[in-house]
Formats: sequence, C-alpha cells, structure tokens
Amino acid sequence: MTAATPAATLEFRRATKRYSGQSRPAVEELSLTVPAGEICVLVGPSGCGKTTAMRMVNRMTDITEGDIRLDGASVRERSPAELRREIGYVIQQIGLFPHLTIGENVATVPRLLGWDKDRIRGRVDQLLALVSLDPADIRDRYPAQLSGGQRQRVGVARALAADPPLMLMDEPFGAIDPINRERLQNEFLRLQAEIRKTVVFVTHDIDEAIKMGDKIAIMKEGGKLAQYAPPAELLMHPGDPFVEDFVGADRALKRLALQRVRDIDLWTAPLVRTGEPVAEVRAKLEEADVQIPLLVDAEGRPVGWLSERGLAGERVREELRSRPDPRIEMDDVLRDALADLIQAETRYAPVVDARGRAAGILSIEVIGHALNVPQEEVPAS
Amino acid sequence: MILELAQVQIHGRSGGGSCVQNDGFCPDWITSNLDRYVDPFLQQVFLVVVSVAVGFLIAGALALLAHRRRWLVGPIIGVTGVLYTIPSLAAFFLLQPITGRGKLTATIALVGYTLLIIFRNVTTGLRGVPEEAKDAGRGLGFTDNQLLWRVEVPLALPEIMAGLRIASTTTVGLATLAFFAGAGGLGERFVGSQIVFKSNVVVAGGLCVLLAIALDLVILGAQRVLTPWTRARSA
Amino acid sequence: MQTTLAFLGQFGGAIDFIFHQRESYAGGVQIGGSEMLDLAWQQIKLSAVALGIAIAVAVPIGLWLGHVRRFSFFAISVSNIGRAVPTLALLAFFAAYLGLGFTNVAFALTLLAIPPILTNTYVGVYQVDRDTVDAARGMGMRGIDVVRRVELPLALPTIAGGVRTSAVNVIATATIAPLAGATSLGFPILNAQIYGPEGQIGAAMVVAVLAVAADVLLGLFQRAVTPRGVKLEAGDRQGRPLAGFRKRGVQTA
Repeated sequence: MTAATPAATLEFRRATKRYSGQSRPAVEELSLTVPAGEICVLVGPSGCGKTTAMRMVNRMTDITEGDIRLDGASVRERSPAELRREIGYVIQQIGLFPHLTIGENVATVPRLLGWDKDRIRGRVDQLLALVSLDPADIRDRYPAQLSGGQRQRVGVARALAADPPLMLMDEPFGAIDPINRERLQNEFLRLQAEIRKTVVFVTHDIDEAIKMGDKIAIMKEGGKLAQYAPPAELLMHPGDPFVEDFVGADRALKRLALQRVRDIDLWTAPLVRTGEPVAEVRAKLEEADVQIPLLVDAEGRPVGWLSERGLAGERVREELRSRPDPRIEMDDVLRDALADLIQAETRYAPVVDARGRAAGILSIEVIGHALNVPQEEVPAS
Repeated sequence: MILELAQVQIHGRSGGGSCVQNDGFCPDWITSNLDRYVDPFLQQVFLVVVSVAVGFLIAGALALLAHRRRWLVGPIIGVTGVLYTIPSLAAFFLLQPITGRGKLTATIALVGYTLLIIFRNVTTGLRGVPEEAKDAGRGLGFTDNQLLWRVEVPLALPEIMAGLRIASTTTVGLATLAFFAGAGGLGERFVGSQIVFKSNVVVAGGLCVLLAIALDLVILGAQRVLTPWTRARSA
Repeated sequence: MQTTLAFLGQFGGAIDFIFHQRESYAGGVQIGGSEMLDLAWQQIKLSAVALGIAIAVAVPIGLWLGHVRRFSFFAISVSNIGRAVPTLALLAFFAAYLGLGFTNVAFALTLLAIPPILTNTYVGVYQVDRDTVDAARGMGMRGIDVVRRVELPLALPTIAGGVRTSAVNVIATATIAPLAGATSLGFPILNAQIYGPEGQIGAAMVVAVLAVAADVLLGLFQRAVTPRGVKLEAGDRQGRPLAGFRKRGVQTA
C-alpha cells in the first residue's frame, strides 16, 4: 500500500451545540481526546446528542460554543468542503450515489482533490479489495445491483478513498441484518488493525460499542458526557448509576465481547482423514479433550463429526454422526461464539482459521473458564 | 349564425377528379401534393424546437433559483400557471400590440406555455433526490454547487426529461395554431374549406402526430443514454 | 412615448370593444359589447357539454380500472397519445369526417377531454393506500362500497386535477371551434376583416379571463374536496407541503 496518511488526534474542547428555540443544548460542553489510531465510540440512548457531536467534527452541524481540534488545528477555521475532504464519512443509510458506478462512487473524493486518472483507478481497486469485494466484478456495477452488505462495504471504501486521517461513522452497520452486521464489524476491525485510522463511531448499541471501541464515550440526554473510558474499565467500574444501567446488568457476559476465540486455550479433538489407520486414531483419542474424532478433508477443513461406524474397520471411513456446525472463526469474539453455540444447541464446535482449517474445539466450558480468568488479565482490546 | 357558415364555404376544388371534388381521401392527390406540406412542416419543427429549448432554459433557471429559496415556488407556479392556462390563440393576440405578428410572438406564447410543465418537473425531480445521497455528498466534501450539478441534477434527469417530453408533445399541438399569429406552420392547412378535405386533414394531422411522436422518442432516447443507472436491475 | 401610447391604445381599444357595441368593419352588423357575452356563453356551453360527457364517461372507467388495478399501460398511454394529437388536427379530422357544427365539435372536444380525466382517475384510485382499502374490506365493505366510500373520496383531489387540466384544454380548443363551424369567442379572433384588431384583442382578453377563471374555480373546488388529513400528509420527502404541485394533477410520460 502507498504511504498512508498518519492518523490524526481529535480533541473536543467543551464543544457545545445549541439550537435556537430550545432551552437545553443538544451537546453540552463535550470534552474528550481521541488518540491517533484509536476507535472512539459515542454511545447513548436516543436523543443524547451522539450523532450531533459527531457531525460537529466535520461541520455538518455547526459548533455553537467551544472547539474541536484535528491534530491541534481548529475545525472552525477551515472551509467546510475542504475539511470534509480530509475526513472519511460513513452514514447508516450509506448514501451511495445511484447514478454513479461503484468505481465512480469510491473515486468521489480523489476526483474532488484532483488526483490523476491512473492513481484514482489503482486506488479504487485497492480499496474494493480491502473491503473484500472483487474489483473487476463490482467496479462497473450500479448501487441498485448490490446487496445491503455490499453497499455498506462500498460506503466504507468510499470514505477511505483519499486516505483521510480521521473517519466518522454514524451507525454504519445499523441498517444491515444481524448476521452480516457481525461479519462487517469483524472485517472492519481487521481492516482497522491494518490501517490504524482514528475513528469516531456512533452507535446506540452498547454491545457494538464494547466490541468496536478502544475507548467508549457514554452520553446521556442533554448531550452530556457520562463516562469516557476503555471498555474493560467501563464494564468493571461504571462511573454512575446511569452508566451502570446503560451498560446493562449482564456486565460479566459483556466481558465476553472483549476476548476473541484466538485469545483463549481451546480444547483438542482428534483430527482424522478418510483412509487413516484406525489404530492411529485411537491413539489420538487418548490425548484429546474431546472424545469424538473430527473428520477433515485433505486441506484440513472440517467435514463432520465421525460416528463409531467410521472406526469399525481397519481404516477410517466417512460415516458421520453430525455436521461440524457451527463453525467458529478464530477472530470471533467470545460473546458471538457463545451465542452461536447456544443457537445450534451444541456443547462444542470446531474452530477454523482464516483458511477454513480446523484449529481446535470451542466449548461452553472453555468459555466459562475464560470468564473465570482474573480481571487484570483481560486484554484491553 | 350566417356569419359562421360564410366563414367556411364549401367550394369545388380544381383537378383530381371526383375524389377530390367530394373532399374525399385520395391517395393520388396526396402523393402529388406532398410538397405543399414541406415548408409548413419545417416551420413548425423550427418553432417547436426553439420554443421548447428556450422554455427549458428559462424554466430550468427558475427551478434552480427556487431550489434553495422555497418561498419562490408558489409565486412562480402562480405566474407560469396563468401563462399555461391562457389559450395560445388568445395569447398570440394579446401579444400582438407588443411584438406584432410573426415568429417572435408565436415563440413567446409557446415558451410561456411550457414554463409550468418544465418548472414543475425540474423542481419535483430535484426534490426526489434521496436525502442520504445528499448528506453523504456534503459529508464527503462537495460544495453546494458541486452537489447540485454532480449529484442532484443527474438524479433529477428522469423527471426532467419526462417534463421535456410532455412539453414538446403539447407544443407541437399548439404550434399548429401559430399560423394565426403569422408564424407559419401546418395550421395554414386547416383553414377555410381545407378543413373538410379529408386527404388534407389526414396528411397535415398525420404529420403533426408523427412530429410529436418523433420528438417524444428522441427525448426518450436521450434519457436512456443519459441515465444508464435507471436500467440496472437489482442483483 | 409614441409606441407606449400606441400600445396602450390598442389595449385601450380592445377594452373599449368589450364594453361598447359598434358597427362592424364589413358594415351592417353590430359587434362588440353584449355580443361578447353571447359568444362567451356559447363557448362555455360548448366546453361544459364536452367536459360533462367526458366526466360521465372517463370517471367510471377510471374508477373501475384503478380499483381492479389492471390495464395500467392503457390508462397511462391514453394520455400520452392524447397529448400527441394536436387539437386543431383533431377538430379538423372530425370536421372532415363528420361535418361542421356544434355537435361534431362537441364530440371532438369530448374526446379531447377524456384522457386527462381517465388517467388521473385511474392514478388517483390506484394510489389510495392499500392498507386503507384492506381495512375497508376487512370491515365488510363490498367492492362497490370500497369504491364509493373509500377510493373515490380519497382520489377526488387527483380526479379534480384531471378535470381542471381537461377544462383548460377544452376551453382553449373551443376557442378555435369557429374553424369547424361552431360559435365561440374565437370567431372575432379569426375574422379580422369584420372585427378589426380591437375586436381580435378584445376577444382574446375575454378568452384569457374565461380560461383563468375556470382554472381558479376548479382549483378552489379541488382544494375543497381534499380531505384535511390528506392535505397534511401530502408533503414532499422533507415533509414540506408541495406548494401547488399536486393540484394540477398527474404528469405522466
């Protein structure tokens, strides 16, 4: 990738938004700093001013009092259009331009900035690949031809096009169905690990906030900041009754969102292939945590749980007792993995890596064990 | 009442035999007299194209003006509405003391008629642009002008073109009357006794209808070319 | 200065013509003054007959088509085709094939008036909220009741818009009716040798006023038949009322 723009620091300095005719401000004296390269989630109930606060950063909503500084420079001193070209902007309804192809949509800001055609073309393809879309396939299509999930990815790609130092995202996955939302969240986090942008992310969903945020700013009605802290601290030391209430009574379970499957010790199950000598399989069974062999294909991808009949002869035969579902990914957060296990009404499931190869077994006991790990050892993100 | 009949005198026509004498539909007469229709037809085409083009420019400008100043919409609709309602024949003569007779008068009256239609369609088209596309556009860094020309107008094109189609087909009809303003056109083929001559009426009327359809198709074709995204089917 | 006075002079002469009878240019006959009323009345009669029959024909058909939600291509195309036919050509066609006179012109005008009313009635009924119709059926209304009590009242503003459009078209075309042997205010306009320029302009002024008056009256009628709830709802995407747009009825292409 070409040299990336360094991520910017963002500082709210007693930023206030007052609408004429209303007694209470929409955002009241918001002060917080987002360190470069981190995701700050603004979360709170409806009407708490989180979206307004975000929109003040790129001056879609003007600041009444106070200031917002991007890398130390006040945003009030820049012309809005110019400022916005340096800030990525992703909204819930996505807002792709229906009359432009995907490629042209993504190229919007580079075009505004006057990049030359070749550079733009290369950048568009790079970005589409970055958000897991096939450039050759998608580039010349129109938004109407894409699914909701695909459109949202294009929205993110478009925001990243000019490599801005800051990204603003307003409930970007809110309009997507829950399954795809989870995938998009994971993908975005993977992306963020690579590109490390400073992100302001607005959501009303505390679970999403905990999953996505490096720092979380909980806002209450009237645009006031209730608490600004990393997720672990928020869960373990809520600042006041409002925060405690908003985070929810299931704080302990929520901690599961802070860990990923790859972070914990998984159980082992014997991985067998068709045609393997049964004697070897029995040997593996001795040492394994799970007493049922998992049949895998030549690449190591799970095919199914082997039944006893499969071990009847000299060599392993493909006789399955059940399918290897749900397939858990290494990158899944524990909370989602637990939900999948419960949903599938199974005690354990195979974990696969990025290439789909079996890497271990996740069970409810394993998760339970992770919950018992002392507080201090819970990773920060 | 005698006056009206005096206006329309049925008198015999020269040549052509009994078909023509009886004001019938005579293919022979038509083929040998087609050249009579060429000039009026061309005059009419010219009038229509100029009037719609000028109307489009004026109404388009008004719509852009009213786009950011909503309060202008009411008054503009009021004025263009009156221009639309006044029958064109009357308009030709109301203009006569000011612009006399001829192509200018006819064009002004015809332009006046198109204003309401085009203004309404441009404005509706602009209003129909999805709000999220505008929000995203502004957020990405478009200035107001850039947003207008690169996002709002293209997305309003289908509605705008629809307005142009309506305006041009109706203007063809009205331009038929331009003859009475002294501006030529196929209207001359409908006066006096010619109005009962079937062959004549079919040709002149047919040419008008063909012109209207042709213009409609041309604009429709242009719309297809200019708005490829409207044809993209969902995945 | 000279041109301004002359200009006023022509309009002044026209206004004078409207109010004072005088002898025609061709001699012998009295023109102007009360004759304007007579001609205007003739035009109104002609227009009213055509409009009345058109409503009687087009509204039931439009209601039925809209209610069963069928043949939309026909219902919309009839207006597109209607627009492509120049009114003068239509009049001429009927004059050539049916002859001259009031009846035949009225017939032509009726045909002219039908498309906007038909299309607007169809669209007006079609656009009635499906949930409302469902609820009505759920309450036990038969088809005919649904039309009468739910669809027709809710479609009335759009229908009125279509009638308004037709009325304007009909009055305009009735102006040229003298070419096909029927009396109307177009007669002075088309006979400069009898009426002179004041007569032409005077008649033109009366026609203009007549047309605008009809439009305004029908506009008031349209507003009167719009249920208050619908008026509040009929905003644009941003929730602001569409200043005067809905009133003219459907633009189809």
